[in-house]
Amino acid sequence: MELDIKLIDDNGKRMDGRSAEELRKIKIEAGVLHRADGSCYLEWGGNKVFAAVYGPREAIPRHTQNPLRAIVSARYNMAAFSVEDRKRPGPDRRSREISKVISEALEKVVLTEQFPRSAIDVNIEVLDAEAGTRCAGLTAAGVALADAGIPMKDIPVACAAGKIAGQIVIDLGKEEDNFGDADLPVAISPRTDEILLLQMDGHLTVEEFNKALDLAIKGCHKASEIQKKAIMDKYQSVKGAE
Amino acid sequence: MSNEERKIVLPSQILGDIKSDKAGRGTFIENGKIISEKLGILNANSNYINVISFKGRYEPTVDDFIIGIVEEALSAGWLVDINAPSPAFLHVNEVPWDIEFGDTEKYLNRGDSIMAKVSQIDELKKFQITLKDRNLYKIKGGHIIEVEPSRVPRIIGKKGSMITLIKKYIRCRIFVGQNGRIWVDGDTESIERVLQTIYKIESEAIIYGLTNRIEELLKKDAKDVR
Repeated sequence: MELDIKLIDDNGKRMDGRSAEELRKIKIEAGVLHRADGSCYLEWGGNKVFAAVYGPREAIPRHTQNPLRAIVSARYNMAAFSVEDRKRPGPDRRSREISKVISEALEKVVLTEQFPRSAIDVNIEVLDAEAGTRCAGLTAAGVALADAGIPMKDIPVACAAGKIAGQIVIDLGKEEDNFGDADLPVAISPRTDEILLLQMDGHLTVEEFNKALDLAIKGCHKASEIQKKAIMDKYQSVKGAE
Repeated sequence: MSNEERKIVLPSQILGDIKSDKAGRGTFIENGKIISEKLGILNANSNYINVISFKGRYEPTVDDFIIGIVEEALSAGWLVDINAPSPAFLHVNEVPWDIEFGDTEKYLNRGDSIMAKVSQIDELKKFQITLKDRNLYKIKGGHIIEVEPSRVPRIIGKKGSMITLIKKYIRCRIFVGQNGRIWVDGDTESIERVLQTIYKIESEAIIYGLTNRIEELLKKDAKDVR
């Protein structure tokens, strides 16, 4: 590991020129895929992510059905060309873990009891990765679910915070993630601030953790505004197309 | 429908208070507030707040006329895809034919289309449909298209005005299922024109004065007006 890498320069700026509380650039477009019931394309810094939602439809195989509510099954997948070395295609330990935590986060906001015995499938495809793909994927999935007209309590949103060069910062970039001290992805329901997903990699003290969590939630609210604007833009244009 | 600005709402948007309003379709109540549960258009009707969604699966209601496609023939009935979150069941007693046990495949098989009526929905949202009503039968010939179920009221129009309009200008037979499936029969040219008209209605469903604009469009290349 290169130890001489400087994550924060003398002016307090990070490697890509951001301040500690600044997010990368987020661009969201809703309803981009025609075959899916709902879809979203999201660019978060260097991350490029597609999310597609299908359903609610009959859960297959039948033994996975829940007689009282729908199951939400998210599938997170990274394209072979999304990273510098070729990623071996197919599900692996990491993507299965991310699929599981995203499914559980989404299940908490979708009103699943309206669709007994059904499944809502969420496909998250990472085309280009640059740290924070699970947050980008979950944020895209939130927009795609809303676009699909699925009833839910809130539009879920995620953002990460972390510790680099002894300082707590928001939304880690690629080098910061690789050479930093800790990474804390958080997903929330922005209306109530309930936490839907919380993971941590690395070490933080309790004070640092609390600071990072507050910062990540702040980032989630910023991302949530962009999400809502993206959905509104899409449907305002449908409405105004005279 | 009122002529005020149609407002688009997002899931999680607060729409009102339970003290002054009542929560209608597409909303839920939390901490005394009425909150939208899906993306759609706000519709306030005699202090009920409703959200009519743009997209989404068909939500069956008893007595809806629908078009179903048979998925599977079982020994005591059929599983029928009605574009809802789960397939509906058509029992042998609910068809007009006299069927011996296990002979279901002779009458309806996978891929056949039927016009049916939703007869029962239980608390677990198991849907039962029936063919025992007037004008319900197995579909032979014609063309089935799918549109968003939320657009069906616009395609039918106020008291069937839009459908009457299409039938007036184009010689064809149309059956609009509440589940967003539409059956059209006639000669090839008529079917083509009906489909174009329906797709236009679907894409412009939320713009005012739709019926008039569709009438102009139909008048332009009308051949035999009835």
